[in-house]
Amino acid sequence: MTAPLLSIRNLTKEFPVRLGAFGERAATVHALDCLNIDISEGETLSLVGESGCGKSTTGYCVLNIQRPTSGSVIYAGTDIAQLDDDGMRPFRRDLQIVFQDPYSTLNPRMTIGEALAEPILFHGLARKSEIRDRLHQLLADVGLSERFASRYPHELSGGQRQRVAIARALACQPRFIVCDEAISALDVSVQAQILNLLLDLQQKYGLTYLFIAHDLAVVRHISDRVGVMYLGRLAELAPAAALFVQPLHPYTRALLSAVPSTDPRAARTRQRLQGEVPSPLAPPPGCRFHTRCPLARAQCRSDVPPLREVVSGHSVACHAVSSPTATNWEHSPA
Amino acid sequence: MNALLDIRGLTIDIDRDSGPARVVDGIDLTVAEGESLGIVGESGCGKSLTMLSLVGLLPNRIRATGGVADFAGKDLLAMSSEELRRLRGSQIGFIFQDPMTSLNPVMRVGAQIAEALVYQSGMAKPAAMERAAELLELVGIPSPRDRLMAYPHELSGGMRQRVMIAIGLAGSPRLLIADEPTTALDVTIQAQIVDLVRDLKDRFGMSVVWITHDLALIAGLADRIAVLYAGTVVEDSPVDVLFERPTHPYTRGLLASLPTLTDKPMSRLPSIAGTPPEPGRRPPGCPFAPRCALVTAVCTTSVPRLAPVAGSAPGHRAACFVTAGEGAS
Ligand SMILES: Nc1ncnc2c1ncn2[C@@H]1O[C@H](COP(=O)(O)OP(=O)(O)OP(=O)(O)O)[C@@H](O)[C@H]1O
Ligand SMILES: Nc1ncnc2c1ncn2[C@@H]1O[C@H](COP(=O)(O)OP(=O)(O)OP(=O)(O)O)[C@@H](O)[C@H]1O
Ligand code: SF4
Ligand SMILES: [Mg+2]
Ligand SMILES: [Mg+2]
Repeated sequence: MTAPLLSIRNLTKEFPVRLGAFGERAATVHALDCLNIDISEGETLSLVGESGCGKSTTGYCVLNIQRPTSGSVIYAGTDIAQLDDDGMRPFRRDLQIVFQDPYSTLNPRMTIGEALAEPILFHGLARKSEIRDRLHQLLADVGLSERFASRYPHELSGGQRQRVAIARALACQPRFIVCDEAISALDVSVQAQILNLLLDLQQKYGLTYLFIAHDLAVVRHISDRVGVMYLGRLAELAPAAALFVQPLHPYTRALLSAVPSTDPRAARTRQRLQGEVPSPLAPPPGCRFHTRCPLARAQCRSDVPPLREVVSGHSVACHAVSSPTATNWEHSPA
Repeated sequence: MNALLDIRGLTIDIDRDSGPARVVDGIDLTVAEGESLGIVGESGCGKSLTMLSLVGLLPNRIRATGGVADFAGKDLLAMSSEELRRLRGSQIGFIFQDPMTSLNPVMRVGAQIAEALVYQSGMAKPAAMERAAELLELVGIPSPRDRLMAYPHELSGGMRQRVMIAIGLAGSPRLLIADEPTTALDVTIQAQIVDLVRDLKDRFGMSVVWITHDLALIAGLADRIAVLYAGTVVEDSPVDVLFERPTHPYTRGLLASLPTLTDKPMSRLPSIAGTPPEPGRRPPGCPFAPRCALVTAVCTTSVPRLAPVAGSAPGHRAACFVTAGEGAS
């Protein structure tokens, strides 16, 4: 086994917030709780899970864009979670992110061309004379004509902005990219084009992706491994093929059954996950899924289930699942 | 069924330094009372601008230059900005594509929703706060009362989108216009939002225009789908017919690009080669001709009009010389 590109150890993030109609109560958002993952060079690891479960927070903390509350992220022998802005500088080029919200990350007063040229020139990746060609190549890669170089972010449609954000992340030839809902505003044909591009770059340069997305068909298509998150913790971590064929965690099963289909009739009769989404302001004790789980038992209400490897490479955090065959599904109403 | 919204021949031009560039080129769309219309189309084809033009919110230097947009019998394009402002919220709920640019970053989300309610329905402030919490609950945000105090940046992307949805629904509008409202929502919450909107539609006869690229989502929500390409409607069809019998070559290309839960992982996905024409640079004939596999001589010289698809269900129309309308085989 080669050493992982990134080792994430006990990564935890809490946000202090004020609550109540007048902000009179202090409270804590438990956004991320003791996350452990190794990411190998050249792989695509996807994170899926309900809105608010901590996917973006994971991406930010791994890149130290948000300082984690505790835990470490080892990259190239260094714990980058401990570094300040200056310390991060040598790593920034290697570690890029496409933000979920591209508008807030593009400088409104810079043209698209300037925004793309900046990191290239800053990192000395091209000479001034080569920059024009490089820009055109980057824009073409994401399906935009060279004329976009002279436009401003507000003159672009939502999907065009999202593609500029992708081009900007690719501009510095990074080794690792967090793609946070990076293709979610694109029509399916452009989406296919970007997915093809990401796969090509991975083959050519061994790029590594942490891919955050809610579209499970897309996730299945491009991932080597998938982590399913629930309320700040990993519920299941498995090779993509195994996860979609044999989901083991009760939450994963519920999530997969909710996938809509393009058959209008099937789409209207699909299952729903029952129960309230618990709040990260006061996560339930024990297994955080127990309030909605069809298999929940006494132990689930008190003990946190550890993430255990039940088959080679396939880990599950559930008291009721000890092996792929002993899952107690017979008791499940689902 | 009566048309609540009836758009005819809408054109929108961008005022560039080099002269005007046409971005929306004669769009016809109707939405009946209680109907939901899904809109899909290539990124940059003019979906958002079309919707913004209806409520008078087009950006600087972009103007609706032709056509009419009747809403309950009055032309939206001819209304004063004051009239439009009154309509927005109370009659037309609008959910913007970009939550971060339309939410006020320094105002707590509860206050933002309440402000909309006070403005639209003259509700008293405390009642509006109470209603704001209910709305957050309706869109599935946990601990809604506590979250009223959150600033937009303290919410996850999907929560911000749901705040936008809550604001769009706040005034119980007759028409909801939603511009990609669920791009950051996981399938379970998407399903919950779709249920909520369908319920409002069934109970109160709310009409819906829903822009999305998520074909599976729209399959479960829309009665009809309009496919846009380069500022024109290229296909308009009842939803089940569209998926059974996609007709326009662009629509077929879209459906073929869709990854499914059964395709071969890591394989190259088919995508439509080439790029769409830019505003002001559309080709003389069919706007899709340069990328179309079925292109014929007439396609490069004449513009195809939306016409019934021969042998298909009533109400299924496409703008294509080869697959629909006159000259179709
Ligand atoms: N403020 C602006 N100034 C100049 N051009 C603009 C402006 N806003 C949009 N455009 C251009 O007008 C075209 C249509 O934009 P619009 O936002 O309506 O696209 P869209 O169909 O909503 O796309 P998407 O699916 O990517 O959101 C695009 O090509 C875009 O570049
Ligand atoms: N700056 C912040 N201050 C307070 N709470 C925050 C902050 N950023 C995120 N949170 C909270 O942390 C939790 C996790 O948020 P995160 O953005 O990681 O979710 P996510 O999984 O990316 O969701 P989505 O799919 O909706 O984008 C949420 O409850 C969110 O409200
Ligand atoms: S640990 Fe218990 S509550 Fe949690 S998923 Fe497993 S069975 Fe359900
Ligand atoms: Mg997020
Ligand atoms: Mg748009």
